[in-house]
Amino acid sequence: MGALGMMMPAVPAFARTVAPEALLEPGLDITVKKRLADAALNAAKAKGATYADVRIGRYLNQSVLTRENKVQGIVNSESFGVGVRVIANGCWGFASVGDARDESVVAKAAETAVAIAKANARLLTEPVQLAPQQGFGEVSWKAPIKKNAFEVPVKEKVELLLACNAAAMKNGANFVNNVLLQINEQKYFASTDGTYADQDIHRIGPNFTVTAVDPQNGRFATRDSLSAPMGMGYEYLQVNPSDKVGGVTTRYNMGYDMLEDITAAAKQAKEKLSAKSVEAGKYDLVLDPSHTWLTIHESVGHPLELDRVLGYEANYAGTSFVTLDKWKSKNFNYGSPVVNFFADKTQTGSLGAVGWDDEGVKTKRWDLVKDGILVNYQAIRDQVHIIGEKESQGCCYADNWSSVQFQRMPNVSLAPGKTPLSVQDMIKGVDKGIYIIGDGSFSIDQQRYNFQFGGQLFYEIKNGQIVGMLKDVAYQANTREFWNSCVAVCDESDYRLGGAFSDGKGQPSQSSAVSHGSATARFKGVNVINTARKI
Amino acid sequence: MTTLLTEAEAKRIIDKVLSFSKADELSVNMSGGRRGNIRYARNAVSTSGESTNLSLAVTAAFGKKTGTATINEFDDASLEKTVRRAEEVARLAPENPEYMPMLGPQQYLKTNPYAQSTADITPDFRAQATFDSIDPCRKKNLTAAGYMEDATRFNAIGNTKGLSAYNRDTSVEFSVTVRTADGMGSGYATRDVTDVSKLNTKDATEIAMQKAQASSSARALEPGKYTVILEPAALVANVDASLMAAMFRSMDARSADEGRSFLSKKGGGTRLGEKLFDERVTIYSDPTNPEVPGGAFSGDGRPQEKVTWIEKGVVKNMPYSRYWAEKKGVHATPPGGNFIMEGGTQSLADMIKSTEKGILVTRFWYIRPVDPQTLLYTGLTRDGTFYIENGQIKFPVKNFRFNESPVIMLNNLEALGKPVRMGGNLVPPMKIRDFTFTSLSDAV
Repeated sequence: MGALGMMMPAVPAFARTVAPEALLEPGLDITVKKRLADAALNAAKAKGATYADVRIGRYLNQSVLTRENKVQGIVNSESFGVGVRVIANGCWGFASVGDARDESVVAKAAETAVAIAKANARLLTEPVQLAPQQGFGEVSWKAPIKKNAFEVPVKEKVELLLACNAAAMKNGANFVNNVLLQINEQKYFASTDGTYADQDIHRIGPNFTVTAVDPQNGRFATRDSLSAPMGMGYEYLQVNPSDKVGGVTTRYNMGYDMLEDITAAAKQAKEKLSAKSVEAGKYDLVLDPSHTWLTIHESVGHPLELDRVLGYEANYAGTSFVTLDKWKSKNFNYGSPVVNFFADKTQTGSLGAVGWDDEGVKTKRWDLVKDGILVNYQAIRDQVHIIGEKESQGCCYADNWSSVQFQRMPNVSLAPGKTPLSVQDMIKGVDKGIYIIGDGSFSIDQQRYNFQFGGQLFYEIKNGQIVGMLKDVAYQANTREFWNSCVAVCDESDYRLGGAFSDGKGQPSQSSAVSHGSATARFKGVNVINTARKI
Repeated sequence: MTTLLTEAEAKRIIDKVLSFSKADELSVNMSGGRRGNIRYARNAVSTSGESTNLSLAVTAAFGKKTGTATINEFDDASLEKTVRRAEEVARLAPENPEYMPMLGPQQYLKTNPYAQSTADITPDFRAQATFDSIDPCRKKNLTAAGYMEDATRFNAIGNTKGLSAYNRDTSVEFSVTVRTADGMGSGYATRDVTDVSKLNTKDATEIAMQKAQASSSARALEPGKYTVILEPAALVANVDASLMAAMFRSMDARSADEGRSFLSKKGGGTRLGEKLFDERVTIYSDPTNPEVPGGAFSGDGRPQEKVTWIEKGVVKNMPYSRYWAEKKGVHATPPGGNFIMEGGTQSLADMIKSTEKGILVTRFWYIRPVDPQTLLYTGLTRDGTFYIENGQIKFPVKNFRFNESPVIMLNNLEALGKPVRMGGNLVPPMKIRDFTFTSLSDAV
């Protein structure tokens, strides 16, 4: 919204449940996919389409759901179908069909898409202007994973989750919900431009919530995992000491130690019950990357989506305060001079990494904010002419074969600081502050000015030292004031990714997975509220 | 093969599948249908599409082990293969200690959530409904962005214990946001119906147009506690989270028993039977209500009945899973498919007229939980926020961020208006005192 949906295991639209072994079965042979794609493209052209693309998608998911000492469910699902998008009479049309293995069925979907485009053309004000795109011929891309998570026996995953849950219960948790979600998108794209791209994308998302209850006082507190969903295979769960970041609690980089984190979480959930309630007021905030990713997502990623700027999302996610005049001025201070944001669809291990986007554009990296100044947006083929670009930036995506592709956020990240700075040294300079780790509550207005964020762990900083845990903390700020209050960003050695599987946008709402990198950053004088209430 | 099966067509296939069973228990769930949509922005159609699908899922159980397999082909050989596959998966699955045996035959209420007019929607119909929304905006130099989605579906369940259930339903959701050309005013309207002949996109758009024009050049008021009149779209949303739906869905008995809900009692147990809200608050579910008809059964085959959740401010019922109900020795009331909140007879205009000082809120946006203990939520006003003085709307005001709990809100009740359909539920506009706005937003 981009509403980030609830962090529940998502099953793709029209998915069917299958046996675990089915997740390792090969999909359609590439020659069959090409034949189906050509049938759709030819049928669309025959009915008068001036452009057509077809996506043959196979979406495989596995969720392992546990609580305490129980397996609640193991869901393996597969969704297969074909989506055809066309331009006819200057207007877009789209149709999709499930389980389509026959050329005539795919061709019929293409014809329906053309009929829809023609029905809507009478409301047309400006015909679609599609940026030219070279055809790449027959190409392929595979996520550089080390171990396909579907090859790991379910038994091994269950044992890991239950062992972690037992550790949480032993260390003071009253309840634990622990879910492991694994995704494989096998996507075949073809267009009338002459690209046939076959891609294999993998994602993994371990996620738990530990709850501690104080029945005497009728209170409870939770602590969520500090993991990040990643564009990786099962290697993310294979612990490597070099992926750990020490400090007040351990954080993780490209490898996640679930057992260690859940043990700490149980103790911290209990500690939260008796933590000091924050005194509302202005504080310097020191934000860990496990927290900052969400603030970047909401206050930088979304407002720089060109479709929002232009009004295409006005009825749902909203528009944007970053209007074109601000970009044209070349002097709009989005943030302080230490603030640099970049978009990147190629970053290894990120959720957004692919070789080609869902309209056949080769992916890349580009700057959005440079030395604090707004320099660019995120745009796709039918928009780039508006910002004077000759080719799309390659951030078009559909969450399923049954969904129409549109502009989606690439990975948007805060570049690390250029001069050496550790977290420890950053905290040393803070007189009155709060160190926030992990993402919590989040809300932002429909033009992305006013936001409020919570977190998982809050530590009070006094005179350069962490003095104890706080609770009931949320901060409210205005996007531009907030990023202009950024006074320091730690160096590259602290750069880590966070992200979400389920960024929601569009109608019907589609879910997109996206990562956001940053190093720990410091913000001056931010308004902190106390969220405790009595009912 | 059509994707919208009749009861007889679905039952024939389900019975065939059940005949192949070698498991202790076997159930079949079949669903299918068509969804169509049209989306517009900047006064033109942006995307539009249609999707059809039909699928069948088989769940086999041996003791407390279950396995599921699904298929989209319906010849006998494929069906039998699917049953064998589900049985194989069940044999290999870990035991679920909370597994409940399948239900036997059930008695269901007669409900009617289906309208042929909606099933007959064509791409041309969607284009016309969109034209009716865009055209008046173009003529007044306003910009419309909107969305209409229609669905025609069926769902059928059967199992080897004799349960047999079938439901078909239709739904249409429509929403439109109208903005002034200078971007300084924005208005919104939303409708949802079972029968598309009851939807008038032009009328709904005209309300959004009026709000857009009236909300232009809003003034800033200091954040703080205000008397508010919340329109139904501010209480329940067709899209995204909302205060009333969030509370309704947080009433699960198990969470309350476990001490991690707003309905948990200090010292243990739940707050069932306690008066937690103003005595005018009565909320129930009823799948037979003709204004918001629902399905006759829940996902696991339990009958949906009329259930009163809150009566005169007192918590009367809480939803239970079958497992938790058995453990606690109580009736396993499923979560309601819809909710209906009783209201009064006043129109929104009457409520404004009787307000000395207050703020009229068209809708809230980006509502997220802040503290599950107190059901504290944050979010913002959007698309038409107005200051009321001496019974009249005086001027538009800038949007606010709120931090408020529906539990506190339903204790600070001043007045209830006439309920209207919103997101498949019935909810009245409400006048609330001391609603907490914590900051201002520049967003329009």
